[in-house]
Amino acid sequence: MEYKIGVWDGMPVGIGYFSVSFGFGALAASHGISAWDAAVISFSNLTSAGQFAGLTAITAGASLWELILTQLVINSRYALMSLSLGQKMGSRIGTLPRLIIAFFNTDEIFALAMARQKPLTVPYLLGLGLTPMIGWTGGTLTGALASSALPLMIRTALGVALYGMFIAIVIPQARAQKSILAITLISLVLSCLFYWIPALNGISSSLSVILCTVISAAIGALLFPIDDEENAQEALA
Amino acid sequence: MNIYISIFAMALTTYLIRMLPLTLFQKKIKNRFLRSFLTYVPCACLTAMTFPSILYSTNSLISGLIGFLVAIVVSLWGKSLVMVAACSCAAVFLTEQILCFL
Repeated sequence: MEYKIGVWDGMPVGIGYFSVSFGFGALAASHGISAWDAAVISFSNLTSAGQFAGLTAITAGASLWELILTQLVINSRYALMSLSLGQKMGSRIGTLPRLIIAFFNTDEIFALAMARQKPLTVPYLLGLGLTPMIGWTGGTLTGALASSALPLMIRTALGVALYGMFIAIVIPQARAQKSILAITLISLVLSCLFYWIPALNGISSSLSVILCTVISAAIGALLFPIDDEENAQEALA
Repeated sequence: MNIYISIFAMALTTYLIRMLPLTLFQKKIKNRFLRSFLTYVPCACLTAMTFPSILYSTNSLISGLIGFLVAIVVSLWGKSLVMVAACSCAAVFLTEQILCFL
């Protein structure tokens, strides 16, 4: 039952991933990577920005260490997310399921898991990851095979799908809670500064995402510390 | 260099980044600041990844901006993730069609 709910909740992400990874498949094909190899990259990595950067590095003939360093910098936000998700899982979820769930802890799956009101269960999380993995890999394969068939205009438009999903996750929470709204605005302003202020825009976009996240979440934690009711209830139980 | 070695290196790095914090820190963090911080990570991170990058993800600033605004309005109506993403894509597509004629 929990598994089914998870699959259902993950469906929009799966569909969204299909359209985004279509672009990745098309890009890989244009760099001379076979459709099969592109699908292997998507299935084994399951990360958007990291894969795009990795593809660029691979086709530019970068060394293995450069490749690993690129992934470390771009994907280090996942360490924060995993830490955050681990807290929400609590002690009910053991090491083995964590080893599996870690594989598909993407931005969107993380956001969905964190947005769930009920306690997280292993079947729910496994269900959540199913369609995104299929969508991400399938979209890459389709994109690599069929990229030339779709007009550029449609491919460009599909490129905003992922951002649309991010916005759809943040807005309802920002609307419901003033603290989240404030943190969202702080992060937005910081992100703009990193992008547009000449002295700061030498910082890579992946590092800028990490800095914006850490600074605005820290300001949020100082200004709006969450209350300890949950802990108190657990202590009583 | 064999492409599968590169792919494996990428995949392993990404997996370790996700796996280590999830398995090594299983106990509830007591520190109130740290717990608040981790609660606020998702929204802070998603926001920083979206803006202003979305403006530069399309063929023109204008279509990117319209895609952004449409996504906000549709989210405020309380529509689902797929609906918001679809409306945003459609808005970008239509805007770029119109811009072609200007």
